[in-house]
Amino acid sequence: MSELAFFIDYSRCIGCQACVQACGECDTHRGRSLIHLETIERRDSVQTAPQVCMHCEDPICAQVCPADAIKQTPDGVVQSSLKPRCIGCSNCVLACPFGVPKYESDADQMMKCDMCYDRTSTGRRPMCATVCPSGALAFTTIEEIMRTRQGRAVNDWEFGDQHVRTKVYVLVPTEVTHVDVGLIPLSSLRSGARAAADPYDVAAMLEGG
Amino acid sequence: MARPPSTITDLVAQFGPHLKREPAGGWATRGDPDRIVPTHCCFCGQQCGIQLKVKDEKIIGFEPWEEFPFNKGKLCPKGVKRYMQDEHPDRLLTPLARDEARGFQPIEWDAALDRTAREIQRIQAAYGRDAFAVLTGASLTNEKAYLMGKFARIAVRTANIDYNGRLCMVSAAAASKKVLGIDRSANPWSDIPKAKVILVAGANIAECAPITTDYLWQARENGARLIVLDPRMTPIARTADLFIPVRSGGDIGVFYGMLHVMVQRGWINRDFIEAHTTGWDAVEAIVERYTPEYAATIAGVPASMIVRAAEMWGPADTSFLLHARGIEHHSKGVENCMAALNLVVATGRIGREGCGYAMITGQGNGQGAREQGQKCDQLPGARDLENPAHREYIATVWGVEEPTIPHTGLSAVPLLEAIHDGRIKGLLLLCFNPAVSLPDGDFIREALGRLEFFAVIDFFMSETARYADIVLPGSLMEEDEGTTTNVEGRVIHHRQVVKPPAGAREDWRIICDLASRLGVADKFPYQSTRDIFEELRVASKGGVADYAGITWERIDKEMGVFWPCPSIDHPGTPRLYEGWRFGHPDGKAHFQPADWRPAAEEPDADYPVVLTTGRVVSQYLSGTQTRRIGALVDQYPQPRCEMHPRLAGSLGIADDDFVKVESRRGSIVVRAHVVKTIRPDTVFVPYHWPLDRSANTCTIRAIDPISKIPEFKICAVRVSKTPPPADDVAALEPEAGGIR
Repeated sequence: MSELAFFIDYSRCIGCQACVQACGECDTHRGRSLIHLETIERRDSVQTAPQVCMHCEDPICAQVCPADAIKQTPDGVVQSSLKPRCIGCSNCVLACPFGVPKYESDADQMMKCDMCYDRTSTGRRPMCATVCPSGALAFTTIEEIMRTRQGRAVNDWEFGDQHVRTKVYVLVPTEVTHVDVGLIPLSSLRSGARAAADPYDVAAMLEGG
Repeated sequence: MARPPSTITDLVAQFGPHLKREPAGGWATRGDPDRIVPTHCCFCGQQCGIQLKVKDEKIIGFEPWEEFPFNKGKLCPKGVKRYMQDEHPDRLLTPLARDEARGFQPIEWDAALDRTAREIQRIQAAYGRDAFAVLTGASLTNEKAYLMGKFARIAVRTANIDYNGRLCMVSAAAASKKVLGIDRSANPWSDIPKAKVILVAGANIAECAPITTDYLWQARENGARLIVLDPRMTPIARTADLFIPVRSGGDIGVFYGMLHVMVQRGWINRDFIEAHTTGWDAVEAIVERYTPEYAATIAGVPASMIVRAAEMWGPADTSFLLHARGIEHHSKGVENCMAALNLVVATGRIGREGCGYAMITGQGNGQGAREQGQKCDQLPGARDLENPAHREYIATVWGVEEPTIPHTGLSAVPLLEAIHDGRIKGLLLLCFNPAVSLPDGDFIREALGRLEFFAVIDFFMSETARYADIVLPGSLMEEDEGTTTNVEGRVIHHRQVVKPPAGAREDWRIICDLASRLGVADKFPYQSTRDIFEELRVASKGGVADYAGITWERIDKEMGVFWPCPSIDHPGTPRLYEGWRFGHPDGKAHFQPADWRPAAEEPDADYPVVLTTGRVVSQYLSGTQTRRIGALVDQYPQPRCEMHPRLAGSLGIADDDFVKVESRRGSIVVRAHVVKTIRPDTVFVPYHWPLDRSANTCTIRAIDPISKIPEFKICAVRVSKTPPPADDVAALEPEAGGIR
């Protein structure tokens, strides 16, 4: 049996915010929630997406930190900035391709998801992945995921020409081997370029027949 | 007279709701717990397992309880933050008496109990026994629900006791009894992932029963297809294989249209129908008229959707049907549920693994609290109050003469109407906030103001308690011990995690003290809630909801026991109707024909829009508890009126505008929330808030003739842009009924 790992299945998310509420309950988080729950475009859809730190193998946030304030544990968890070192410059905030680190002004440092290190380092599961009622977040073995889920768990990402491998996996359709976020040429962004078909417009569905 | 003795602003300043944001001891210093107690969430019928952390006899946090099989550690945001109601600054810590001049004043417990008992006796002597009523709740433990029924019948000796489960799913209960013979979900939740097609009708599972989401998704991982009926595209509906945006009140169109197609294409199990059911011919005769085209006019959706649903549901090997308030909260609620059940019974897909049906109970003890005899027409064990044998048995258990047990009384809405017209003069209320939760809110609040005497037991000053003459500070779920019965029919054990704070008392002790003052101490000799449970076991023995074989020790050891469980050596009954033995004396399922009929109030030229109401994930019922928890209020601070851009555009309304939602009964002002995920002929406002933000100010006081459930899901309104309100209520914080 392989070790426990973190999996995200965005398609399962119901936007309930159990993860957001539970994150702050992790003892070391002391009421501060460090997970992000994104509402994609509420006018058009109820779709939401949870975002934990993906814990890159070679973390970009740490690469760009001028104060060397962002450290990785031996087991690959990327931690919040070290308070004595962080200068609050927000390089990490700008550089992270997943939009995870945030400069917390009241604490005057960058803080982010640390996969509930006080829990995971003592054999407990992270708060968010324990409580998540939809299974959008899961902390389990790859074998268990492959046994119980359709699709494939991947942790390879392409952002333009930058390749990132993460400790956290996302579930994607079986034919996908890595996530290619790609870059959108500015020339393609014309006004009204949005797809004409609006799959979540209830009025359109009623007319559709 | 029981009008609030101070201004709303003063009452809110004194009693809240205020928000609690930090655990006892503060975030930084709460430290390690002295003990961790496994128990259950108090919010909603899922009754998830949760462990509460205790330090210095205060609840300081929670730890997921991953061993509990129903939710395996999973929680929704309400469960995560429920512990914030402990050590809350709004907590009532002394009995209070209404004082015309000075507002609520503290009084001694003995004085408060003496006066309450005296007033019960005075009102009954002057106006008759039934002029004093008792209203209770479905968030009470089984023990307290049992106690309240017994208290009303043999201590107060009134016929008029009912409970807020009347607002929840009584139409589902009645339909299930009529068709299948037993009022309970037919299957354990573990059957859901084994079904190949799942139909969810009128259930916003993601927000109202979030833990069930994983069961649905697991079914889909196993290859199941999902059909969802809802006027709004809920988070579950978004990725459903088929989402049918049905018109509120049009569900029968979908169910009968599907059945019509299934009959035509031979997807009816005629062998099963012949051997194990009655009444099919009458149903078949009705559905013959429900061609997809005709059904579509009732359902308000394209006929092709109905055909597609039939094609998915009809030929499946296994199936599971779930429904909730969306089809139940109607003046034809029982008929809606019976029509849905036709889809289950006509296919014979019930009573075996992966095949069945469930109603999703909404309140904490939505299932159990309706079995123990606190309904106006019922005795413990889900017995019938008008059945001579049932009366005789319970009279024996209680040690009273059968004729002294009152007969059927008024259900919740007619009971409030009787208060309004002066037939009922006195009321004792526990675990119910009708000022927020009953329809036609202005009428309800006016009724409360007409009571000669009104006593409320609650842990917080609810909007209803503001009308009381006497307020008695009771206990939270985690401050008392007892059992509840979850959505599956699984009886579970709530532990006493801490004692009530000084000044408050366990609800059952308050009731026993009142019974003693009413001269029947010998009938209420309980030393603990376990004593009450032991009596409940005897009282339920031989009834439909038979708990005789269930002990607290078995519950702990077996992680819950499913009723019926008639003896200690009986394993309990997770799945009903195995071997196709149904609950009726003839052992068969009984089809019930019922044609579609319109709602009590359909939209018209003056009020052209349908208003439908419901919940949001971060609030529970009337909000007495959850509007006091900062993190939950932050998540969804105030009600908003969801409307489609087409409707908003035609009314000149933009997102976030202040809008007036007005029915023939009253109006509220809320912000608009313009979204494409709702039918353009319908608006949605959640109901958890009080006063000028209470959706129930608009809803209609129409009830189902069989179950007496109110029609919360459809009434006619008009919606218009309005200036920001600037009155005193608007200036309150949103959790108190203000608006931002």
